[in-house]
Amino acid sequence: MQQHPYFGVLAEFPSASAIYHACEKVRDKGFRKWDAHTPFPVHGLDRAMGLGSSKLPWIVLCMAILGGTGGFGLQAWINLNAYPVVISNKPYLSWQAFMPVTFELTVLLGAFGAVFGMWALNMLPMWYHSVFRSKRFLRASDDRFFITIESKDPKFDANATQAFLRDIGATHVELLEQ
Amino acid sequence: MEKKPQIPFSPDPTAAGLPASQSHEMQSAGMSSAASFASGAAHEPVDARAPLVLGNETFASITDTVARPIESKTPLAWYICFAISLGMLSLLGVSIAWLFWEGIGVWGNNSPVYWAWDITNFVFWVGIGHAGTLISAVLFLFRQKWRTSVNRFAEAMTIFAVMCALIFPGIHVGRVWTAYWLLPLPNQMDAWPNFRSPLLWDVFAVSTYGTVSLLFWYTGLIPDLATLRDRAKSTIARVAYGIFALGWRGSNRHWLNYEKAYQILAGISTPLVLSVHTIVSFDFATSQLPGWHTTVFPPYFVAGAIFSGFAMVINLMIIARWVFKLENIVTMRHFENMAKIILLTGSLVGYAYAMEFFIAWYSGNPYESFAFINRATGPYAWAYWTMVSCNVISPQLFWFKKIRTNLWALFIISIFVNIGMWFERFVIIVTSLHRDFLPSSWAYFTPTVWDVTTFIGSWGLFFTMFCLFVRFLPMVAIAEVKSVMPEADPHHGTGGDHAQGTH
Repeated sequence: MQQHPYFGVLAEFPSASAIYHACEKVRDKGFRKWDAHTPFPVHGLDRAMGLGSSKLPWIVLCMAILGGTGGFGLQAWINLNAYPVVISNKPYLSWQAFMPVTFELTVLLGAFGAVFGMWALNMLPMWYHSVFRSKRFLRASDDRFFITIESKDPKFDANATQAFLRDIGATHVELLEQ
Repeated sequence: MEKKPQIPFSPDPTAAGLPASQSHEMQSAGMSSAASFASGAAHEPVDARAPLVLGNETFASITDTVARPIESKTPLAWYICFAISLGMLSLLGVSIAWLFWEGIGVWGNNSPVYWAWDITNFVFWVGIGHAGTLISAVLFLFRQKWRTSVNRFAEAMTIFAVMCALIFPGIHVGRVWTAYWLLPLPNQMDAWPNFRSPLLWDVFAVSTYGTVSLLFWYTGLIPDLATLRDRAKSTIARVAYGIFALGWRGSNRHWLNYEKAYQILAGISTPLVLSVHTIVSFDFATSQLPGWHTTVFPPYFVAGAIFSGFAMVINLMIIARWVFKLENIVTMRHFENMAKIILLTGSLVGYAYAMEFFIAWYSGNPYESFAFINRATGPYAWAYWTMVSCNVISPQLFWFKKIRTNLWALFIISIFVNIGMWFERFVIIVTSLHRDFLPSSWAYFTPTVWDVTTFIGSWGLFFTMFCLFVRFLPMVAIAEVKSVMPEADPHHGTGGDHAQGTH
């Protein structure tokens, strides 16, 4: 794992438009282990980076199904097995009356899936990351746009990659330690 | 890369709700250089509408504007507000302590008015919350970009309002030490709650709503907490914001999942918010009491909730915008749009009032007719007509643009709307109950001092939370506001020549 003393290179870009076109070029160059860092989601940058779509909806779907079936199952089990009581001369399994709670639990678990699934896919929380070594990176959450190319990428070469990033419009390029 | 002169397709700025004097400046700075980008000299309405952010704001200046109230010295006014709020909050503590000690008898509730201010306040506070979810979820799905300036604020309002709301069903049960019987847990009698009861549905609906609202709000906060972490001067602030920012680094691979999460949360919050007040209305509508037993309740309650919530957003936003100088981010257009929603939902509420009377007559049910005639002419006629004048008449003034764009008028009418909506719940609950089927059980409800202090105390909780929110958290969604600025478009200033395949 320790072939490279560096995490990779960090390149700074001045605008949304600049990073968009830079990402297209990094993508076309064939890099795989790289990322863009922006203060807000730049529209269309996923495509410029060549990213596929998020897997999150599948997580949410599974969680929502779990919530819905679990919610209905809980009510059915209580009313059929645990505590069967005739109320208003209705059948034990009054499924219509169970819909509100089933719905609420579907939404609740779906929301857990969306939020915590997003954390899981993004591997958050991750309080340390090599990019935080750069002082300039503090502006990634303000008004600057960055590209990182990791040393793990097979096409990575400390000097050539830095030169390449300068060529495609980076205003500042630096090597990041692990 | 030179920017084209952009006047031809720019609409009349006033058409989008902006006074001509505030319309964006038509500068033709070249956008190819970083310098002009950073200075933010040009605002080009890429979608041919007036800009949402006024003045010559840049990404950096947006960050500064929103972070300033958090990073600067605490103003004296904040301490005063916070002290008053804490005082009111302690009133809540005292009132609840006395209630627990002495019992429900400290309130004015009687037989047959078993529900009075407690449930009125509960429905009032839940309703207030609905505007926050509407702004954050429904307007997001409709791609209403103007929401970005107000959604954080409105979502905070939702959470605090739900907190206030949850107090009342919790404390009104009398034997509070058995309040956990509301939950689907086997208790010492081996009994389970009745899942056919709307009151139980309400437990699930409101607690789900509170939880999902909190998650939605926090998800929106993550990038902004990272901004505050990166700007923090003190170690305590950096560590505190850093922990909650989860190590967010603005990675686009993260934004991909983040935006999807946000979209899904908006998608599931929309039916959720509709379900919450629908289920609250079931508490009444599924009973057989004349005045409650009405199929119009669910949509009517939802409209009323949005109506009161937007009025509350306007009230709070006018103050916050003035105190924290957010005029360029929260513009007159935001207020005007919210006033239009108040006008729409206020009219829906007025329609529902009329329809209740129509059905009372048309159904031929003498009890139903009696309940409604009594509502308008009986002992609580004063409350009914307060409700009608505040909820039906006052929002109609928003047909006039001059009133929609006058902050004083907006502020005063919004207060009226909130008074009216509190009275709506009071009228529905108390006037329907105080005339039972048996004239021998008729009674008149009068609140006690403890009813009043509990309600004032709930405002104390609301304002305390708000004071803490405006002091320590960004009250405008920084990342989202940036993303609706013209410079955020990657094809901004390039004449759209790279637009193919990206939209």
